[in-house]
Amino acid sequence: MKATINGETRELPDGLTVGTLLAELGTAPTGVAVARNDCVVRRSEYDSVRIGEGDRVEIIKAVAGG
Amino acid sequence: MANAGDALHIGRYALSSRLIVGTGKYPSMETMTAAHAASGARMVTVAIRRINLDDPTGKTMLDYIDRERFLILPNTAGCYTAKDAVLTARLARELLETDLIKLEVIGDAQTLHPDARETLAAAEELVADGFTVLPYVGDDPVACKQLEELGCAAVMPLAAPIGSGLGICNPYSIAVIKERATVPVIVDAGVGTASDAAIAMELGVDGLLMNTGIAAARDPVLMAEAMKYAVLAGRRAYLAGRMKKRLYANASSPVDDLIESRHA
Repeated sequence: MKATINGETRELPDGLTVGTLLAELGTAPTGVAVARNDCVVRRSEYDSVRIGEGDRVEIIKAVAGG
Repeated sequence: MANAGDALHIGRYALSSRLIVGTGKYPSMETMTAAHAASGARMVTVAIRRINLDDPTGKTMLDYIDRERFLILPNTAGCYTAKDAVLTARLARELLETDLIKLEVIGDAQTLHPDARETLAAAEELVADGFTVLPYVGDDPVACKQLEELGCAAVMPLAAPIGSGLGICNPYSIAVIKERATVPVIVDAGVGTASDAAIAMELGVDGLLMNTGIAAARDPVLMAEAMKYAVLAGRRAYLAGRMKKRLYANASSPVDDLIESRHA
């Protein structure tokens, strides 16, 4: 299955949940937020929302800014 | 020198300092945290960006902000459309568990002036979605009034272009915006040094948001302290009510009972 993570197309296992994706990336779920196809995925939904073929996933964090 | 009894109220939030500071452009994180402490600020801004997939475990700005002391005001900086700004705000809300958002929708990369149409559209959507919206806006009394009418919790007109340090370029517009506003007016962008901060506060605005004016100083920690005092001084001068300006001198010492010496 192909999906786009932060603008990069990646080959991912079918049925991958958001929570598993973050774990595989090695990202602590508390320091990020996730959107799938322009909709925010609530933290409580990380283990139930699955990434599908062609999905666009954004994973963001807080950075320096004014 | 606390701000006792003179809190800045934004929506349901009360801040004991009228200075809001950024987290960008500091030479180091140590300098930033020391500057934040020296500024006396109680609210700091952060930006929202994609994580680096090549280093997804890296630290984030949240590792450097004491949330017991500081409210975090995430921004939508870098967004050019209402759609991107709204999604960024919603991501920030999920990340930070806050309804606060500094709405910034840029219309032009060189001036970094806001796009009024996109800002208004995003503000309407975010207010309806329950956000406490603080929009960055031009020094335009009409746009400020429209944002207020949409339900924004404050308006944040620029004093000069972002990062320019040019100071309060149009004090008359800022004064008109303040006179007409019923929500807090926070001057956002353009303050370069302490006198600029004092001038803005003397115009009666409710607060200042600054980043580069502190972060790009030779000594950011010392400048942060200077800004703290400038905001306090300007605020007190505004509350005190300045004397009337007059064209000719008016002696401060008595004009009678003067001694006389013999003139040769």
